[in-house]
Amino acid sequence: MIDINAPVTDPGVKNALDKRGNARESLLPILLEVVKENSFLTDTAMKEIAGALDISSAEVFGVASFYEFLPIGYNGKNTIRVCKNISCYIEGKDEIIKAIEDFLKIKAGETTRDGKFTFKTANCLGWCHKGPAMLINDTPHTDLTPEKAIALISEYT
Amino acid sequence: MGGMINLKINDIPISIEEGASILDAAKKINIQIPTLCHHDDLCVAGNCRVCVVEQAGMKTLPTACSTPVTEGMEILTNTPRVLGCRRTIIELLLSEHNVDCPHCYRNVNCELQGLAEEYSVDNPKLISLVTDESVEISSPSIRKDSSRCIRCQRCVRTCAELQHVTALCVANRGAEMKISTFMDRPMDQVVCTSCGQCINRCPTGALVEHNYIAEIWDHLGDPDKYLVVQTAPAVRVGLGEMLGFDPGTRVTGKMVTALRMIGFDAVFDTNFTADLTIMEEGTELLLRLKKALLDKKPVALPLLTSCSPGWIKYIEHEHHSLLDNLSTCKSPQQMFGPLAKTYYAEKAGIDPAGMIVVSIMPCTAKKFEANRPEMKVSGYKDVDYVLTTREFGRMIKQAGLDFKNLEDSKCDSILGKHTGAGVIFGATGGVAEAALRTVYEIITGREVPFKNLNITAVRGMEGVREASIKIEDCVDDWKFLEGVSLKVAIAHGLANARMLMKQVEKGESPYHFIEVMACPGGCLGGGGQPIPTNREIREKRAKAIYEEDESLELRKSHENPEVQKLYEEFLGKPGGRRSHELLHTSYTARS
Repeated sequence: MIDINAPVTDPGVKNALDKRGNARESLLPILLEVVKENSFLTDTAMKEIAGALDISSAEVFGVASFYEFLPIGYNGKNTIRVCKNISCYIEGKDEIIKAIEDFLKIKAGETTRDGKFTFKTANCLGWCHKGPAMLINDTPHTDLTPEKAIALISEYT
Repeated sequence: MGGMINLKINDIPISIEEGASILDAAKKINIQIPTLCHHDDLCVAGNCRVCVVEQAGMKTLPTACSTPVTEGMEILTNTPRVLGCRRTIIELLLSEHNVDCPHCYRNVNCELQGLAEEYSVDNPKLISLVTDESVEISSPSIRKDSSRCIRCQRCVRTCAELQHVTALCVANRGAEMKISTFMDRPMDQVVCTSCGQCINRCPTGALVEHNYIAEIWDHLGDPDKYLVVQTAPAVRVGLGEMLGFDPGTRVTGKMVTALRMIGFDAVFDTNFTADLTIMEEGTELLLRLKKALLDKKPVALPLLTSCSPGWIKYIEHEHHSLLDNLSTCKSPQQMFGPLAKTYYAEKAGIDPAGMIVVSIMPCTAKKFEANRPEMKVSGYKDVDYVLTTREFGRMIKQAGLDFKNLEDSKCDSILGKHTGAGVIFGATGGVAEAALRTVYEIITGREVPFKNLNITAVRGMEGVREASIKIEDCVDDWKFLEGVSLKVAIAHGLANARMLMKQVEKGESPYHFIEVMACPGGCLGGGGQPIPTNREIREKRAKAIYEEDESLELRKSHENPEVQKLYEEFLGKPGGRRSHELLHTSYTARS
């Protein structure tokens, strides 16, 4: 059941609601705030958001599941996304991926044991003229070499 | 706003009010444009694209359902380009659809299949992209088969707009987009009321009821079983639609004959227990009013009706603080079960262990209700099986009965006699009207002051309606009600019920009694009724219900002689100890 008077237990949700209010149109900004704070969305967080906005938890889930940048379920503190499209492929994205996998000791799609990084591949990031490219969280990094990629990631460790 | 727009469709000039769609305009001049995602009861979606038309001066083809008419517009609805595009769209939809039609419950009553036939899609060019997700069968009421889903989202809009439940949602994006639930959970683990309105609006077989036809035939063939059947009031005004009659045709007598010919041992009527419900619920209302007004003690008011199991499940999920307001009366279906297995079994000399009670209901939530763990007060499962009107219609076909030409016959005694008050339970406002007919007469000793007993203020299709009756010249027992205006509200569709409940939660509800039916139109628009549904069809069924009421000699529940006899011989008095054991229940707060 959705109880609009139930206390919010998730600090990330509480913070997001304090900042963004509880109007239906605030749903996306709230979800983004929660992900910024908690790195991902849990069942509880989505139910609490639904309660605060007086909408169904299925609706919150539906919206969140539409967006790549609103991860549902466990996700690392930082997300690395390497572009896998044709231009970056020609420029050597495979070597970048291999270097990151060796460095973090995980495969694409996995999260490091310490929870610091989730590593993914992504469709075109729009930096075809400067490939290979990757995103670390919201920041694009271009003209990558394996060494440069590792150095950039190291800054977040 | 409010002006008229002039346009041409296929060179035919037409004038229509501003804001209308091309689809509306075409309908007005008897031109049909195919639709799938569009539904009269729901908001515009425009996602299936099958209603495309050509517009002079435009390169692309607009969708007729979501494009408003504009002045001077010239529309063509059947050019080779339009027909070709529609055919491609249908083929694309079919490429993602499990086209195993003969094995589908909606075979020959499927909108996609109908369009495939109309547009001669007989030469498939596209490879199949059907997912092999298994059918979701966790709910006792609803089966969800994603392989047959065309993602038109009618179900999602139904659940959100009509019911404000949103158990169903659209999840993911692009090729992975699908109709889902919170965290993709099974239907029995989410806030679903089992109302089945999604089924009524699904154009394909992606959402269907859990059907028990095979089990019933098995029991019918078993000589050791004694099958007792009850039919709800709304069934008799919907069933005909499946068997060659127009919407709004009453088929009560043929229905009873069909049940006997199919082989049921005793044919009874839920209307009987609807009358009984009025006796119990009316008494409950009067006792609560007495406690509040005379004894000045705290008591939960307004009293909320409890006949609609979808509504009950909804309030158990969503309004925990109002569970005390619910009438403790079971629904007529669940009053019938224990009476059949105790009172009737005893009188007829039948061992209830071998008795199978079957309900024919316009409802899918009744399947859930019959399976509630507390519904076993007779010592057995009170109601063994619930079939929808649709399942029953199919059984009549399977039995090879020429339904149209069947003779009329009447229900058996002693759980079959009913009054018009029981019949109108099938329409929104009916329970309130039936209750008023009896309660007013108990309080004043006179009939309700409405022409021909028809309390028209509580009838109709407005989402929320209200009425009040001023009580004057009470009999001695009810003197404390002198001068009180008895206020009644009615809601149908859970989105409307929710508005009234918010009012009650805030302590601002002016009403003494609120009738809620989960489905639009009440039971006659229930999730188990024949498909399609729309307001026009529901209004015709409602008209038939009220005609049936007027056709009966007795129209007040307390005048039902078999109900009177039941109290004399078995129950004692309304609200008495035995009534409480068998006919009343309690509710569970659900997360």
